[in-house]
Amino acid sequence: MSLYATAIAPFADYGFMRRALVACLALALGSGPIGTFLVLRRMSLMGDAMSHAILPGAAIGFLVAGLSLWAMSVGGLVVGLAVALLAGIVSRATSLREDASLAGFYLISLALGVLIVSTRGSNVDLLHVLFGSILSVDDQALLLVASISTLSLVALAFIYRPLVVECFDPGFLRAVAGRGSLYHVVFLVLVVLNLVAGFQALGTLMAVGLMMLPAAAARFWASAVWSLAALSAFIAFVSGWAGLLVSYNFNLPSGPAIILTAGAVYSFSIVFGRHGSLRNRYFPGAHFHN
Amino acid sequence: MCGVIDIADLTVAYDRRPAVHHVSGSFARGSLTAIVGPNGAGKSTLIKTIVGLMHPSTGRVERHGLGRRDIAYLPQQADIDRSFPINVADTVALGLWNETGLWGAIKPKGWNRVADALAHVGLEGFGHHPIAALSAGQFQRVLFARLLLQDAPVILLDEPFAAIDERTTADLLAIIQHWHEAGRTVIAVLHDMEQVRHHFPQTLLLARELIGWGPTSQVLTDDALRRARALAQGWTNNHNHLAGHAA
Repeated sequence: MSLYATAIAPFADYGFMRRALVACLALALGSGPIGTFLVLRRMSLMGDAMSHAILPGAAIGFLVAGLSLWAMSVGGLVVGLAVALLAGIVSRATSLREDASLAGFYLISLALGVLIVSTRGSNVDLLHVLFGSILSVDDQALLLVASISTLSLVALAFIYRPLVVECFDPGFLRAVAGRGSLYHVVFLVLVVLNLVAGFQALGTLMAVGLMMLPAAAARFWASAVWSLAALSAFIAFVSGWAGLLVSYNFNLPSGPAIILTAGAVYSFSIVFGRHGSLRNRYFPGAHFHN
Repeated sequence: MCGVIDIADLTVAYDRRPAVHHVSGSFARGSLTAIVGPNGAGKSTLIKTIVGLMHPSTGRVERHGLGRRDIAYLPQQADIDRSFPINVADTVALGLWNETGLWGAIKPKGWNRVADALAHVGLEGFGHHPIAALSAGQFQRVLFARLLLQDAPVILLDEPFAAIDERTTADLLAIIQHWHEAGRTVIAVLHDMEQVRHHFPQTLLLARELIGWGPTSQVLTDDALRRARALAQGWTNNHNHLAGHAA
C-alpha cells in the first residue's frame, strides 16, 4: 500500500473525510491554546468536569428540537456556563473547594443529561451525544466549529497578557490592573465554547481530549507560552489527521481513534520529551542526535 | 492622620474570623516601616488590604489619591508559580505595565530599561533564562528588578527575604535603603528582628491587634514582644481547644 493510498487518498476520495479533517483543523486551532492555558492554570480536571456539564444542556436541546445542531449547542453552552458559575458561587459561599463543587455538579449534570436523552431518544441518540461523530459533521457544524475557533483566537489575543500574568502571579495582576476575575470568567466562557465545538465532533465525553492531551504533551517540549499553544494546536491537528486515517484504514470509531492518537503522542512525550520527561529525569546525560 | 497611607479602625476577616482587628495608624510619606509579629498575626493580610487585594470588613484604608500605578507590590514567593514557562526578561518587563497596559508593545527603549534593571540587581545577561531555572535568591532579584521598573512612590514588600541567601538579602536591603533615601515610602513584612532593628527606622508590631507602631527602638521592647507572643499563644490554644472539641 503506497503512502498516497494510506495517508492522502481517503481525504481526496471522500467529502466526509475532508470535512472531518477540516473540523479537526478548526478544533485544533481553538482547543490547542485553550488547553495550554487550562494546563498552566492547573485546571486540567476542571476542563474534564466542564465537558460533562454540557451534557444536560445538549440533552434539553435534543428534547426540544431533536438532533438539531443549534439547539444542542445553545443548550450546552447555557448549561455549561451555568454549572461553571454555580460551582464558583458554591465554593465562595461555602467551605467546599472549587474542584470538589465542580465535581459534584458535573456528576449531577452527567446523570441528568443521560436521563433526559433516554426519556425520549434511543440508545443511538444517546451514543451520538456522548461520543459524537466527526464523520457526520456537515457544513453547518463545520461553520460553527470554525467560528468558535476564530472567536477563541481573537478573544485570547485580547486577554493574552493578563491571562498569562494571572496564571503565574495573580497578586501582581490584581495590584496593577485589578479585575483578575474578569479574565477568569472570559476564559471559562472560551473553555465552554470550545467544548461545545468539540462535542459536535467527539461527543461530550471526549471533547476535552483534544484540548488536554495535546496541551499536556506540549508541556514536555516547549518552554514559552506562545510555543506551547502553537505546538499544542499542531499536535491536536496531527492527532486528528492520523486518528482519522487509523479509523478509516482499520474500520474503527473515529472519536476514540483521534483521542487515542493524541494519547500516544502524550505517552511518547512523557518518556522522551525535552523538559521534565522520564528520559530527562532518569537519564540526564543521554542526548538524541537529529 | 495625614500620612501617605492612613488606616482607620481597620478589621479584615476570613470567613468572619478577624485576621486584623481594629488597627489604626498612619504611614508617613518617605517612611521605611517593617511590619512584624508572630505567625498568623495578620501581617500579609494587612499589606494585601493596603494594596487593595483584600477588602476591609470594617474601617478603611485611605490612600489619598494614590492610584494602582503609584503602589508597587511584591507578593510572597509562595503566591507565584515558579514553574511557569516565562523567561526572566519577560517577567521583569511586567514592571512596565503602567506604560504598556493590556495590549501595548514594549519598545526597544523599554527592553533597554529591563536590561538596566537586571544589571542593577546583579543579573546581567540572565534575560533569556527561564524563571524555573533560578534559585530562590535569583528569583527574588528578578522581582526586585520588576519593582525598579514600576518606579512607584509607595512600595509594599511581603516577606522579601524569606528563604533567601545572606548575600542576596544584603544586596536587596541596599536597594530598599536606596529607595528610602530617594524619598519613597517602603513597607515590608519581616521576621528577622535584628534586621528590623538595624535597617528599619519604623516598626508596626501586629498580633491581629496593634501592639505598637512608631520608632523601632520604642516598639520592639521585650514587653511588647512578650505581649505579642502571649496573644499568639492564645490563638493556638483556642485553635487546639476547638480542634479537641471537633474530634
